[in-house]
Amino acid sequence: MTATVLLEARGLAIRFGGVVAADGVDLDVLEGEKLAIIGPNGAGKTTFLNIATGYLKPQAGTVRFLGKEITAHRPRDITRFGIARAFQIPQLFLDHTVIENLLIAAAGHSGRTTLMRSLRDLPERSEMENLLDLVSIRDVADRKAGELPEGKRKLVDIAVALALKPRLLLMDEPTSGVASSEKFAIMDILVAALDKQRVTSVFVEHDMDMVTRYADRVAVWSAGKIQLSGPPAEVLADPIVREQVIGI
Amino acid sequence: MASRSPALAWMLAAVVVAAGVIPILIPSMATLVVLILAKGIVVLGIIILLQAGQVSFGHAMFFAAGSYTAGFWGKYLGVGDLMTYLVVGPVVATLLGLLVGLFVVRYREIFFGMLNLAFSMVLWSLLEKMFHLTNGADGMRVPRPTVFGMTFSPDNFQYVLLYLTLAIAIAATFAVQRFLESPTGNMLRAIKSNETRLEYLGVSARRILLIGYVISAGLGGIGGVLVAVAQQIATPEFAYWTKSGEFVFIAILGGVGNALGAFAGSAVFELVRFYASAQLANSWQLILGVVLITIILFAPNGLIGLWKRQRAARDES
Repeated sequence: MTATVLLEARGLAIRFGGVVAADGVDLDVLEGEKLAIIGPNGAGKTTFLNIATGYLKPQAGTVRFLGKEITAHRPRDITRFGIARAFQIPQLFLDHTVIENLLIAAAGHSGRTTLMRSLRDLPERSEMENLLDLVSIRDVADRKAGELPEGKRKLVDIAVALALKPRLLLMDEPTSGVASSEKFAIMDILVAALDKQRVTSVFVEHDMDMVTRYADRVAVWSAGKIQLSGPPAEVLADPIVREQVIGI
Repeated sequence: MASRSPALAWMLAAVVVAAGVIPILIPSMATLVVLILAKGIVVLGIIILLQAGQVSFGHAMFFAAGSYTAGFWGKYLGVGDLMTYLVVGPVVATLLGLLVGLFVVRYREIFFGMLNLAFSMVLWSLLEKMFHLTNGADGMRVPRPTVFGMTFSPDNFQYVLLYLTLAIAIAATFAVQRFLESPTGNMLRAIKSNETRLEYLGVSARRILLIGYVISAGLGGIGGVLVAVAQQIATPEFAYWTKSGEFVFIAILGGVGNALGAFAGSAVFELVRFYASAQLANSWQLILGVVLITIILFAPNGLIGLWKRQRAARDES
């Protein structure tokens, strides 16, 4: 059985001054999988998300999504193609309530920029409330995003991305900045939501416990290349990975 | 924001009654009330842009576009009808807004503000220098127009103008409040809080800002027509940067969180100017300055914010 290749990166290269973030990166994301990208700090993992979403342009190489080249497109176009992004530091509309954040996303997704209908009365409202249920934050629906603790904000950030009904969700350290006691709870919620919505996901991660428990596949990004990829147990047992990435 | 509290509705009703009744009791106030309301309509446009965190220091250009539409009409096409002015003026301002907007929505904050100022000063110098067309610094007279084809005596006309302006102001307030609650209006506020995320939702922030800009230009045009008709003249000063500053001043004075703030600010501004300039002919700006500093220090959300805060305090106790 061969799964469809959703995202296909070939020969990506980008450097910032003397720092080489990518130097010939080839990476495929297969439909339905949860792919974790691990690697030393500053290796360029976030740069990959920035390239895949059009925020940065690589100096060489291409990114294809469902066979269509997206390398030179802007973030908003790539969003419309079906790639959504959640951020390491949640990027929310802090003056808006949680449900309003989702409704703005829904309006953006449907292109509903009507002038005379209230945001709060959009037909997508009940759908968005269900989404809040799915990520277990219905209780804060009417709180301002700016008032929430970091853990909740992370979930809102992901819910906003899911409101766009993406095929692929790119996440940058979904549990960073969250108390370690909450990490598993948040990932459990998140993974259940992704499975339910049948969203393929890529997440950059530092915490090897998270990788072992939640990823289907791991790719090791180091020295500007994908050094190794495969099932978590196999990759994390590799002696070089253990030394360079995990630091044991 | 988006306040639908009954208290606000009562306040709106009180403002409407005051604006409608006071000029009957004191006829000399009629023109002043028209000016207050007309400028409030312009300031609604400033408030729309402030939702996105953008301050235009050149919005007087759209105000002048409305005023000069009436002026040109009177000079070249003969005395027109007020209704014609109120359609053509805003259309001209809207088209100018679209043209200028296509440039300025690419910029933010100080660059946005200054670019607007630059465009408005270009218009000002054109109006001032092309005196064969525009009568230069003397400005263009705006003879008293007909209304729906009817001619009114000066006394009656000022009441017709007053109630028409009041009706437009009410309609504009509701329309703007509605717009701010719409998805597009909320996206304008989202530009202020997180433009990057907005782009990551597949939304063009520039397009959203352009929609807000064009609407606000149209409101400037309506206000411009009404002021020109009330004062029977349009001068290049209408496009000058101090005029733009005045609109921003009024917006901050009234409070930008609510459409009603525009009229509260405009009323205080015009009344202070009216009475202060009568008492202190050469230093009325000083008094306005003190008023603004006081507002910024003690009521950063403007008069409307002050009023809301007091209500909140009272509800708690």
